[in-house]
Amino acid sequence: MDVNTTAWTVLLLPLIVAALIVVGLKRSPGLSSLLSTGSALITFILCVILAGGEGGDVKAFPWIDMGDLFRVEIGFQLDELSRGMMLIVTSIGLLVHIFSLAYMKDDKGKARYFAGLSLFMFSMTGIVLANNFVMMFIFWELVGVSSYILIGHWFHKESAADAAKKAFLTNKIGDFGFMIGILLVWVLTGSIYFEEIKEAVGGVTNMVLLNIAVLCVFCGAIGKSAQLPLHVWLPDAMEGPTPVSALIHAATMVAAGVFMLARVVFLIEATEIAAQWISWIGAATAVVAALMALQQNDIKRILAYSTLSQLGYMVMAQGIAHGGSDAGMFHLYTHAFFKALLFLGSGAVIYACHHEQDIWKMGGLRKKMPITFVTFALGTAALIAVPFTSGFWSKEMILETAYHEGAMFPYVCGIIVAFLTPFYMTRLVIVAFFGKNRTKDADHAKEVGPLMWAPLAILAVMAIFSAYKPVSGPLLATGYGSLSHLVEHFGLTAILSLTGLAVGVIGAIFLYKGRDSDPISIPLFANRFYIDELYIGLVRIFQDAVAAVLDIVDRFIIDPLVVRLPALAAMGAGSFLRVFQIGNVQSYALFFGIAVIALILFLIL
Amino acid sequence: MSIILEIIVFLPLIAAIAIGLGAPARFSALGTAAITLLLTLIVAVRFDTNVEGSFQFASSRTLLDMEGFPTLSLAFGIDGISLVLLLLATLVMLAAVLVSPQEREIKGSSKLYYLSLLLIGGGAIGAFTATDLFFLYAFHELALIPTFLMIGIFGHGENRVRTAWTITIYLGIGSLILLVGLIMAVFALGGSTFAIADLIALAKSPETGIATEQQTWIFAFLLVGFGILVSLFPFHSWAAPAYAEAPAPVAMLHAGVLKKFGLYGLIRIAMPLAPEGMAAWLNVILVLLLGNIIYIGLVTVAQKKLDRMLGYSSVMHMGYVFLGLAAMNQLGVSGAVLLMFAHGVSIALLFGLCGWIREKYNTVHFEELGGIASHLPKLGLLFAFAAFASAGLPGFANFAAEVSVFFGAFKDTAESLGWLQWTTIIALWGVVISAVYMLRAFRSLFMGPPMEKMASPDELTMKERLPHFLLLATLIAVGFVPELLNQFIRPAVEGLFLLTAG
Repeated sequence: MDVNTTAWTVLLLPLIVAALIVVGLKRSPGLSSLLSTGSALITFILCVILAGGEGGDVKAFPWIDMGDLFRVEIGFQLDELSRGMMLIVTSIGLLVHIFSLAYMKDDKGKARYFAGLSLFMFSMTGIVLANNFVMMFIFWELVGVSSYILIGHWFHKESAADAAKKAFLTNKIGDFGFMIGILLVWVLTGSIYFEEIKEAVGGVTNMVLLNIAVLCVFCGAIGKSAQLPLHVWLPDAMEGPTPVSALIHAATMVAAGVFMLARVVFLIEATEIAAQWISWIGAATAVVAALMALQQNDIKRILAYSTLSQLGYMVMAQGIAHGGSDAGMFHLYTHAFFKALLFLGSGAVIYACHHEQDIWKMGGLRKKMPITFVTFALGTAALIAVPFTSGFWSKEMILETAYHEGAMFPYVCGIIVAFLTPFYMTRLVIVAFFGKNRTKDADHAKEVGPLMWAPLAILAVMAIFSAYKPVSGPLLATGYGSLSHLVEHFGLTAILSLTGLAVGVIGAIFLYKGRDSDPISIPLFANRFYIDELYIGLVRIFQDAVAAVLDIVDRFIIDPLVVRLPALAAMGAGSFLRVFQIGNVQSYALFFGIAVIALILFLIL
Repeated sequence: MSIILEIIVFLPLIAAIAIGLGAPARFSALGTAAITLLLTLIVAVRFDTNVEGSFQFASSRTLLDMEGFPTLSLAFGIDGISLVLLLLATLVMLAAVLVSPQEREIKGSSKLYYLSLLLIGGGAIGAFTATDLFFLYAFHELALIPTFLMIGIFGHGENRVRTAWTITIYLGIGSLILLVGLIMAVFALGGSTFAIADLIALAKSPETGIATEQQTWIFAFLLVGFGILVSLFPFHSWAAPAYAEAPAPVAMLHAGVLKKFGLYGLIRIAMPLAPEGMAAWLNVILVLLLGNIIYIGLVTVAQKKLDRMLGYSSVMHMGYVFLGLAAMNQLGVSGAVLLMFAHGVSIALLFGLCGWIREKYNTVHFEELGGIASHLPKLGLLFAFAAFASAGLPGFANFAAEVSVFFGAFKDTAESLGWLQWTTIIALWGVVISAVYMLRAFRSLFMGPPMEKMASPDELTMKERLPHFLLLATLIAVGFVPELLNQFIRPAVEGLFLLTAG
């Protein structure tokens, strides 16, 4: 198969599968799930081939073609960035499909679930392969749709229905900015194609508008990657089935914002203020989300806040010049594996504990679920950056670049997070896996089957080794763990983050070992700084109240002004007709006809 | 001289007469709708996309050629713009006939019902294909009358007769203002002809063109007249109650097809005849269209019943079509034409589904319904698709059209933003508003636990799903391959600008 066929197959196969399930296969969930998983396997293999092969031209499909005026293609940009990202997406996608076969075995909506997963794979592939902004935006919206479908999978639950809606609408707000950004970039550079924009951006003279344009484009990433202030949807998105959280809300879709920024890093580099804002917002998100994670009790929510925090790292890196973007992408790669592992691990725990998600109702799972425990521990090690795990290397690279480039605010935030992450993750592991079984559910838990633990094991291997050159070499050429590099540059950053690791882990062990309830209580963190409540208030005031007022204005001011007066005349005519003692509709019809024809005749003659 | 357009126009009218004379109502209506759609598809296939700015399949029969009075001909012809609207009209007409059996109100008087429905469809088809100004106007009026009638006779709710009178008078006044504007235009151009192509040729020539100040006046009348018919803010308040109380097929035909006449008129008549008038009123149009998008958008959010919400949403989306026209360039106007089609199909789909829900559950109140998707997953899926399309999500025709509109608005600017661009930026917030009310409606009707006191009808039958499939498939096909329609729109709009730029 040539590159053209391969690339198009990778894009379209999942869509075809999703369409097949929706159109005809809903009645056979077993076949649907196998078809969907099969397509994930095929696309993964094809992406491995793509990653190994040379580039080459892929034929574009002209979507909107208005000649010289405007031309949007469904076209492909196959370079290191997209091919590496595709490997992440399809490999984790495949593992999540396999895990889901077991996890969703008895679900009533199994076919719909797998259709959603396939639709997601299609949409995500489109974002990664896009060679222009409009195409990226198309698939950007479509991942939003698939995320909506999957978060709302159990739509008969109020909480899931609300979470799906919230996720979609919050993203839509980010996309509002994104679209403006795309339009502004188009105005400034005359193109929507990344390669052409890259050529033209140097010639832009209106720097104010360019900065605004980049910030608007960044809005898209704020929504999709759940950065402050649009982070509120991601924790709620945990209402979706856990494999979905692993694939979409940890490893891939939420990383799309980071990927997009890396794709247009030349735009960010052309600005100063916008770049600084990007890294500051990322840094602030990293710290704030880590603080929120300290006080959560739902295993998935802890991981969700941790994801926010890690995404903050990646976004922060995108705003740092000279290698920041590469460091951020490096962290995206390593994080994708270990966070998917942690989520699937939490899924195994939840599955084993009969859908119990509160860590305080678990306990002692270490002995009941040894494989899950070991893999989960390895994932945690990578997340808290234990030396020589994958997460260690990528986090070091971000912090070091920040230090090197003198980005002090992001650097300080990054170091603070290096203290917080080990603390809350150790808390999670100790409370859930150590001590005694606190509930019957935890007591009855037993190890999950191979269909579930095999993906965990594969991901655990990746969590440790994905940063090393033999593994990450084909994924990305820009960053990998290197011992000699570490030795050479051993300095403040390494010392601080190792201190953070030690303090965090030891502190959490000291505080939480043998506890049955949380000894510390910080309502501000537990209630997520009351930001959700603030937003609900804002929506009530600025949207619902305004809408209600305008509705009244429309009914009682606009309508009477331009309608009622003529309508009164009509009523007058109506009472006049009633003089003729006519009550049935037929005669109304007749008089209508006569009246209108008279009106027309009057007008024409 | 080609007679195929005459057949397409007069077939529904003849069928209506036949039904009046005793032909089987539903069978005749269905057959007619299917045949007109088929003939239109044949026309589309045989349409020459290389011809710019002239009418194809043209036919003309001079009716009146008197000294001192404009030449009057029964003339038909289509360019790409009219073809797209013709496709819209015939498609929605078929869908409207197909969903009609779900309406309980028509029991017993199906003769009058189908007769009127065909008149609306035939009138709309005539209006979109007539190349003579007089008949363009007359066919639209012909379609309006049965619309009023059907709201009054077959509508829902206690206020339907009052609503019917309101819309009659309101749109009657709109038509009157429009007529004044048209007469002014015809006489400003010498008063020798009603033929649209000739009028445009006259307007384009510097010797016979209309003076700028006169254009400003004429355009004002045309804008208000056409504007009332399209529910341009602040002339919109007839729309939501009318659509809410109309039988679903009538709402489908009016909101989906007939309302587009006002926009079609602006593109076909007002912009070519009075381009400087358009330019003079541009800033006013920008304010009014924001009224449609933002103000009406928020009013839509406040609605508590599905039918009224859809009515307002259809008013709101007209703002985007105006935005495309206000761009006054090929890209924006092409997007506007595509959006007319996309909106027409998607709103027809939504009104059709809303009608089904109303007939089966006896209510469309958000508070009285909930969790329907648990019982009726197929209905839920159809509605979700329709809602996504209407909210402008990619994969559906609406998105392709909106993208062209937005880029059109930003087309003729270099490194600095003007009023049009700022308007567009504000208008983009409307996309968020659309998503808010559509998702809220879907959330409250279909998601969550099923309401206990709710009726529990059976799932849509295959027959009931057919019209919805038809509309949905069209939206998806055009959404994936906008070129299906853009191939017609592009040369027509190019021709339009060749004509007006002269």
